[in-house]
Amino acid sequence: MSASALLELKDVHTHIGAYHILHGVNLQVPRGELTLLLGRNGAGKTTTLRTIMGLWQASQGTLNFNGHDITHMTTPDIASLNIAYVPENMGIFLDLTVEENMLLAARKAARSNQMDAARLAWIYAMFPAVEKFWHHPAGKLSGGQKQMLAVARAMVEPRDLLIVDEPSKGLAPAIVQNMMEAFQKMKASGVTILLVEQNIHFAQQLGDSVAVMDNGCVIHAGSMAELSADPELQQSLLGLAL
Amino acid sequence: MIHLKTNLDLKPLLLVPVIALLALPLVDSFDTWLTLSVAGLAMGMIIFMMASGLTLVFGLMDVLNFGHGVFIALGAFVATSVLSGMVDWTQSQELWRNLVAVGVAMMVAMVASAFIGLAFERFIVRPVYGQHLKQILITMGGMIIGEEIIKVIWGPLQIALPLPEAMRGSLLWGDASLEKYRLMAVVVGLIVFALQAWTLSQTKVGLLIRAGVQDREMVEALGYKIRRLFVGVFVVGSGLAGLGGVMWGLYQQNVVPQIGAQVNVLIFIVIIMGGLGSTGGALIGALMVGLMANYTGFLLPKLALFSNIALMAAILLWRPQGVYPVANR
Amino acid sequence: MLKRLLSNDLPRSTWLAWMLTAVLLGLAFAPFLFPGVKALSVAAKILVFIVLVASFDLLLGYTGIVSFAHTMFFGIGAYGVAMSSNHWGATWASLSLGVILALMLTLVLALLIGLFSLRVRAIFFAMITLAVAAAFQTLASQLSEWTGGEDGLSFKLPVLLLSSTEFSDTPFWGVNLDGRLLCYYLLFAAALIQFLMLLRIVNSPFGRVLQAIRENEFRAEAIGYRVVVYRTLSSVLSALFACMAGVMLAIWLRYNGPDTSLSFEIMMDVLLIVVIGGMGTVYGSAIGAVLFLWAQSYLQDLLRWASEAVSAWPLLAALLSPDRWLLWLGLLFVLSVYYFPTGIVGRLRAKNIV
Repeated sequence: MSASALLELKDVHTHIGAYHILHGVNLQVPRGELTLLLGRNGAGKTTTLRTIMGLWQASQGTLNFNGHDITHMTTPDIASLNIAYVPENMGIFLDLTVEENMLLAARKAARSNQMDAARLAWIYAMFPAVEKFWHHPAGKLSGGQKQMLAVARAMVEPRDLLIVDEPSKGLAPAIVQNMMEAFQKMKASGVTILLVEQNIHFAQQLGDSVAVMDNGCVIHAGSMAELSADPELQQSLLGLAL
Repeated sequence: MIHLKTNLDLKPLLLVPVIALLALPLVDSFDTWLTLSVAGLAMGMIIFMMASGLTLVFGLMDVLNFGHGVFIALGAFVATSVLSGMVDWTQSQELWRNLVAVGVAMMVAMVASAFIGLAFERFIVRPVYGQHLKQILITMGGMIIGEEIIKVIWGPLQIALPLPEAMRGSLLWGDASLEKYRLMAVVVGLIVFALQAWTLSQTKVGLLIRAGVQDREMVEALGYKIRRLFVGVFVVGSGLAGLGGVMWGLYQQNVVPQIGAQVNVLIFIVIIMGGLGSTGGALIGALMVGLMANYTGFLLPKLALFSNIALMAAILLWRPQGVYPVANR
Repeated sequence: MLKRLLSNDLPRSTWLAWMLTAVLLGLAFAPFLFPGVKALSVAAKILVFIVLVASFDLLLGYTGIVSFAHTMFFGIGAYGVAMSSNHWGATWASLSLGVILALMLTLVLALLIGLFSLRVRAIFFAMITLAVAAAFQTLASQLSEWTGGEDGLSFKLPVLLLSSTEFSDTPFWGVNLDGRLLCYYLLFAAALIQFLMLLRIVNSPFGRVLQAIRENEFRAEAIGYRVVVYRTLSSVLSALFACMAGVMLAIWLRYNGPDTSLSFEIMMDVLLIVVIGGMGTVYGSAIGAVLFLWAQSYLQDLLRWASEAVSAWPLLAALLSPDRWLLWLGLLFVLSVYYFPTGIVGRLRAKNIV
């Protein structure tokens, strides 16, 4: 395992029932960087994330996080290694309040007042809606606010790795901008991020490394700079120009 | 559930008083109505104790325990043994002595039921996670086995469970006679409910349970071992069923091995009406069932069970998932 | 010819074929092979249960619906015969009328329950049917003027089926040719016909759609099958056969009461047979019923002997007491669900494929 890779997948295959979704995924997520997982719909990006989190078991291959072999670990154990996961459907508990959603994500806190106040202040600055609707049921928030809550929840305690699945999906442009600024602040705090995104602008602004998936495997891996500078590569991998 | 800003769905709360008020003109005298209502609320509270564990177990892990009645039966039979061994306490005229005896019976019953619950979860339920059909079959099988083992230990016949001396009789409220024990049952039930509500809304464990009922996978992804939580809920639920068994046995003043199976049907009706996974719903459902059983028991005895089924059908036509639907599934 | 009779649903296993042949011949010649009142009673009960369990398999094994109301329809059939023969005299006319009324009531109730099942989730449905069956049993034991209450109803059969009616003075192969014998063969014919009908149903296009719905309801609906219609139809058919099984039982016993046909024990027995025999196979009900009823009748003797043998250790003796035979049944049940999920028929067929 290379020194700077926090997360490494080697030849990972995943089967869901009879369907063979991942066909030997090789992925390296460098420490301290934001790695983008790109690819068209159905390429296997979400499946890869779920396999990393143990929600689906890899049928073959190995997954390594921070020196631990997580291939056969259960989801709670993997998450306890200090990984935060924001799924595609946000995973917000709609009947619980914003406060309760945040408290749930704060593993070290048994009650609200045990959550790190400074950290919360930092989160409020990135996502004002979280503070504003603190006591409201999460179900009452708008789509964009829910998305922000989902990301805020992932950052309520310092994490080593943040895995986020399409945070800007379905959001209005102004909110996407807000989200992007938040991600830049999170990046600046030193956390490693693995991000799946379809929004190219978002991707380009934030990404340090890129991995492109198609048909259940990674067909290209390199730096964002390299991809941005090569229109032909962009065309062949993604079918469009960045 | 308790937060002020939460949009508390008030309509189902009205169901209980509505039923009570509808019965008033049908029952001739106010005093009889009052007696029946207290009896109904007491019965409802006891059923709630038995049902609350089951509904959380289903809501949290999608596990259908058709054998829940075995914990109830065990609790009731344990009580017969404990109380018959504490005769000087139960025969005493001093209320506090009686309460101690009943308290001891409750403790022992809860521990016994919780322990059996642990075994039940480990050996009967765990191997069939996610397979509803097998769960139904196996848990039923478990109940049959449990009932037979109870017959081996305590014999197949009915055992009397008389109320301790000072707990017998009624208080008079005007002309209405309100049985002392039934009033006590209402108090115990309210205490249990209050404890549950407090745990669910004010503690992290309660938060985890509420979240787990909605989205189990996400709770695991947040780093919590929901399996352990589930075993905990199962065990506590079994313990509560045991407590309910003690109270039910005392309510009826006798205990039979089929006691679990008999009340199983009512419990299912309660949690279906309440919404699988909701303890508040279970409370409302239980109170409704208790009231219905007592009113129709007085007015139309032959249709008692049917009236509860009709009530369930009516509720389901209004809200097919129960009054407080919970799970995201 | 045999293939057509069995609706192309062959045993697909030599062992199974032999076992089924043995069952068929055994039941066909039971009065001659197993003399004595008890043996014949067991045989008749096996016939009744084959129909009852096979009809339940249609619902559970092929359509994937769990319903505890099955014994209710069983009871309706039995009470139909009992009440009509008791109140209107023991004639073929009253018997037929009773059967027809029972079938009509079954049709209506099954329709209602079937349609109701679609408004609620499967788990709810299972619990609700449990409640309904319990309520029905209570009702039957309370409407004493009609149903005889807790004691049930005894009644006479039409003259042709009475044991006092002799068709011949000389016994045939040691068996009296009387009305009772005729009664047995009436049951045998009915069981055989209904069994073959059920085979035909599950192997028809209708049966295939049911299995598709069981596997993936969403997809079945997407392909264009109206799931509502199929499931309701399956519920109704299953109930009608159960009703007929009840009719058969009542005719044999000349008695019916709440415990004879409506009790929860019978539902458990049906579940046990269908699991041990093999769900979704129809043949499973035949094999399972034979094994189960044979065990039920003769296992208790075995337990009695065992209990006496260990009378020195009271707890063990109590566990092995013949009255506690349900305990061992329950254990067997739980173990079958774990280790025998496909049942005997499934196991035999799997061996054959390998």
